Amino acid sequence: MSKAAYEVVIVGAGIVGAACADEFARRGLQVLVMERDALASGATAAGMGHIVVMDDSEAQFALTRYSQRLWQELQPELPDNVEYEQCGTIWIAADEEEMEEVLRKHESYGKGGVPTEVCSAQRLKHLEPNLRDGMTGGLLVPEDGVLYPPSAAWFLIGRAQQHGAQLRLGASVVEIGQGRVRLRDGSEIRGDIIVNATGASAPELTPGLEVKSRKGHLVITDRYPGFLRHQLVELGYLKSAHSVSSDSVAFNVQPRRTGQILIGSSRQFGVEHKEVDQVILARMLERAQQYMPTLRGMLAVRTWTGFRAATPDKLPLIGSWPGDKSLFLATGHEGLGITTSLGTARILVDQIMATEPEIPIEPYLPSRTAKAYLRA
Amino acid sequence: MTRGLRRSFDVLVVGGGPAGLAASVRAAECGLRVGLVDDNPSLGGQIWRGETTQGGSDAAGWVERSSVVGVQALSGTRVFHYPAPGTLLAESEDEVYELSFQKLVLATGARERFLPFPGWTLPNVMGAGGLQALVKSGLPINGKRVLVAGTGPLLVAVAAWLRRQGANVLAICEQASWFSLARFGAALLHHPQKLGQALSLRGQLAGVRFLTSCWPMAAQGSDKLEAVVLSRGERVVCDFLACGFHLVPNTELAQLVGCQTRGGCVQVDEFQQTSCAGVFSAGEPTGIGGVELSVVEGQIAGLAAAGRRQEAVRHFQQRKKVQGFAKALDRAFGLRQELRTIARPETIVCRCEDIAYHHLAEHKSWRVAKLQTRCGMGPCQGRICGPATEFLFHWNPDSVRPPIFPAQLEHLAWIGCSGECGAG
Ligand SMILES: Cc1cc2nc3c(=O)[nH]c(=O)nc-3n(C[C@H](O)[C@H](O)[C@H](O)COP(=O)(O)OP(=O)(O)OC[C@H]3O[C@@H](n4cnc5c(N)ncnc54)[C@H](O)[C@@H]3O)c2cc1C
Ligand SMILES: Cc1cc2nc3c(=O)[nH]c(=O)nc-3n(C[C@H](O)[C@H](O)[C@H](O)COP(=O)(O)OP(=O)(O)OC[C@H]3O[C@@H](n4cnc5c(N)ncnc54)[C@H](O)[C@@H]3O)c2cc1C
Repeated sequence: MSKAAYEVVIVGAGIVGAACADEFARRGLQVLVMERDALASGATAAGMGHIVVMDDSEAQFALTRYSQRLWQELQPELPDNVEYEQCGTIWIAADEEEMEEVLRKHESYGKGGVPTEVCSAQRLKHLEPNLRDGMTGGLLVPEDGVLYPPSAAWFLIGRAQQHGAQLRLGASVVEIGQGRVRLRDGSEIRGDIIVNATGASAPELTPGLEVKSRKGHLVITDRYPGFLRHQLVELGYLKSAHSVSSDSVAFNVQPRRTGQILIGSSRQFGVEHKEVDQVILARMLERAQQYMPTLRGMLAVRTWTGFRAATPDKLPLIGSWPGDKSLFLATGHEGLGITTSLGTARILVDQIMATEPEIPIEPYLPSRTAKAYLRA
Repeated sequence: MTRGLRRSFDVLVVGGGPAGLAASVRAAECGLRVGLVDDNPSLGGQIWRGETTQGGSDAAGWVERSSVVGVQALSGTRVFHYPAPGTLLAESEDEVYELSFQKLVLATGARERFLPFPGWTLPNVMGAGGLQALVKSGLPINGKRVLVAGTGPLLVAVAAWLRRQGANVLAICEQASWFSLARFGAALLHHPQKLGQALSLRGQLAGVRFLTSCWPMAAQGSDKLEAVVLSRGERVVCDFLACGFHLVPNTELAQLVGCQTRGGCVQVDEFQQTSCAGVFSAGEPTGIGGVELSVVEGQIAGLAAAGRRQEAVRHFQQRKKVQGFAKALDRAFGLRQELRTIARPETIVCRCEDIAYHHLAEHKSWRVAKLQTRCGMGPCQGRICGPATEFLFHWNPDSVRPPIFPAQLEHLAWIGCSGECGAG
């Protein structure tokens, strides 16, 4: 078997693999990206494309904020079809308890340098007239945005290719490690650095990785221009969406440039099949109608599902895999990988090229979870 | 707010055209509870719609029989989802139906195929069947200059019909060659009924030019159609262009239910049963074959769904006879290669999302093109651009997801069975 050699071989051409390819290639490394299916056809095809700062933990805040800034910097270069819009997020408080969360978030975001505005019920109604009456208030985060993920990944790969990266589609990788990548057809490719960026499939190539699939459903409507202006997310999200054990749904709607409304979201563990699950779909849509009753009569055009790569501590895995100097991970982004793809690529390449990262990288290092595995 | 209604049937038939009517009648005659859902205000399907009250017609006969034997018809109701085995969801304007069944017959018919050419999205350029439907619902056509173009027997049928309504039919442009039509004509000799229809249509079209190996190159006009340029170089000034390139089976529901398809048609066995046990299909979803084939397939499917296989077998001979016509159709009206080249780079291919030819041509598959351009992701869900791109780029269509037709959000959220969060 002939062995081609590359400095970097990235497995997986979702948005994370694409961002890594772009970063490596622009810093002058010789990159090959291997994708078993089509470009951006995994979770990246399914995701909502909300570019959002979240603060479930300090590390999550740091990475999402950093990444959001990178998207803003990239904005002038993004082609029109990426549909990047800085529409802002409004976190919706349905009761007093959630309003307290608004205030906490306001303070915590403020400390981190993220401007926000606390909205009264009246102000909220003014910003989003189609929300039902009786909401307590909300938090507007004006710098959050939305984009269309498949086109964003396409752009990043395209830019990587301009810097010499190669892309091989239909290349199913069956084994990686010790400087080698083995394909289904038996051929092998050598790489000084191998990056597992296969999203929720990552444990197939790196056994022992604590990444689980978390299924999500989305629905998109026909065009209703002006109906919705911001991405709206309920604050009950924090209570429900991150419960690790049970299925959950949350009100999460996004305005598309076309005037369509993208409706999420659901979270399920332990479901492998891609088919739409009527019970969870119905719960999700019911939730959306509770917040926006006039969604009821709107036409739903399509539904689909996708799989998030979830880690036990809700933080991604970015960095070297203990025990194999050639192997690096860039996965585990759960529901934030569109946002954090750019930050991920930066800090991964910083680690490898020994450049100073702009944010602390320790919270994302795979060694934090690998310890348990290696001990066992 | 929406009402949710639950109905359960021994045999549920989707599609109230010739195939669905025949299936429902034959199943109900066996004493079963039969439901017949169709999304149009009245039964009859593409060809019989509007004729069902004309005494003595086949259409009226089947509709009459269906009410006599107690088929429960749900008109104006469209099936959009298959949420659980043995259950379909359908909606009318203000109701959602949860339809449960023991056996299912899919008789969802066919639609016209459109191919993009410069100007095809101009107002007053429409499908041949589409124009017919609009005229049926009141569009004034008397004295209007109509050019009929594309391919398939539908063109002649529609042209003759439009002429009866007073339209000035200027010409029929058929892309198939004179030779294939002559061969088709010869094949008709084995189908006296079809031949009779064809001759009578010819008679009604006396004086109308019939151009073979001819197709539209461009539709011109500033805010609506003014003229059509034909492949033979001629420019025809007209008010309407009725243009369709034969028919495409409606297989979305069958695919959603899990039935196997091949070459764009639902696969069935001799009893019209699909790859899913208890699910049958009849009429155009199994292949374009005309009304007689739809009726006989419908009867077989209805009887087989009712468990009356012996009786179904009696119709096999007749089906075999009319199947020959379906084969002749396929042979005669295959699309010629030149049609791949009439779209210009800037010609819109996906009307819902405004995607031009050159945006699509750079992609390798339907799936990638869909992802990157959102071609086929609009309200028509690729029903128009899907078959077009299949022909233009040899792309294979994607998997089907619910809802198969845009549906009201609260109807999609219907979950009657457990009642925990239904609409209403
Ligand atoms: C319903 C839903 C909503 C979401 N909403 C948002 C949101 O609003 N904002 C946000 O930031 N994030 C969101 N996400 C999360 C986001 O979509 C993901 O985190 C992100 O797409 C992950 O990108 P990835 O490149 O890691 O994975 P993927 O896009 O899944 O890419 C992995 C690629 O690897 C390939 N691959 C796998 N195995 C192999 C192999 N053995 N050989 C070769 N190739 C292989 C796959 O084919 C795939 O293309 C959402 C996710 C879901 C499911
Ligand atoms: C636009 C058009 C015009 C035609 N005009 C002529 C003509 O003038 N002369 C001629 O000889 N032949 C004509 N044909 C051909 C003719 O349709 C067939 O020969 C014959 O009608 C086929 O019968 P069928 O029962 O298989 O399907 P159809 O008659 O097409 O019946 C199928 C029915 O199912 C309904 N349906 C489909 N999906 C759903 C759903 N999910 N929920 C509820 N209802 C559903 C459809 O609306 C339709 O009413 C036409 C075909 C088309 C597409």
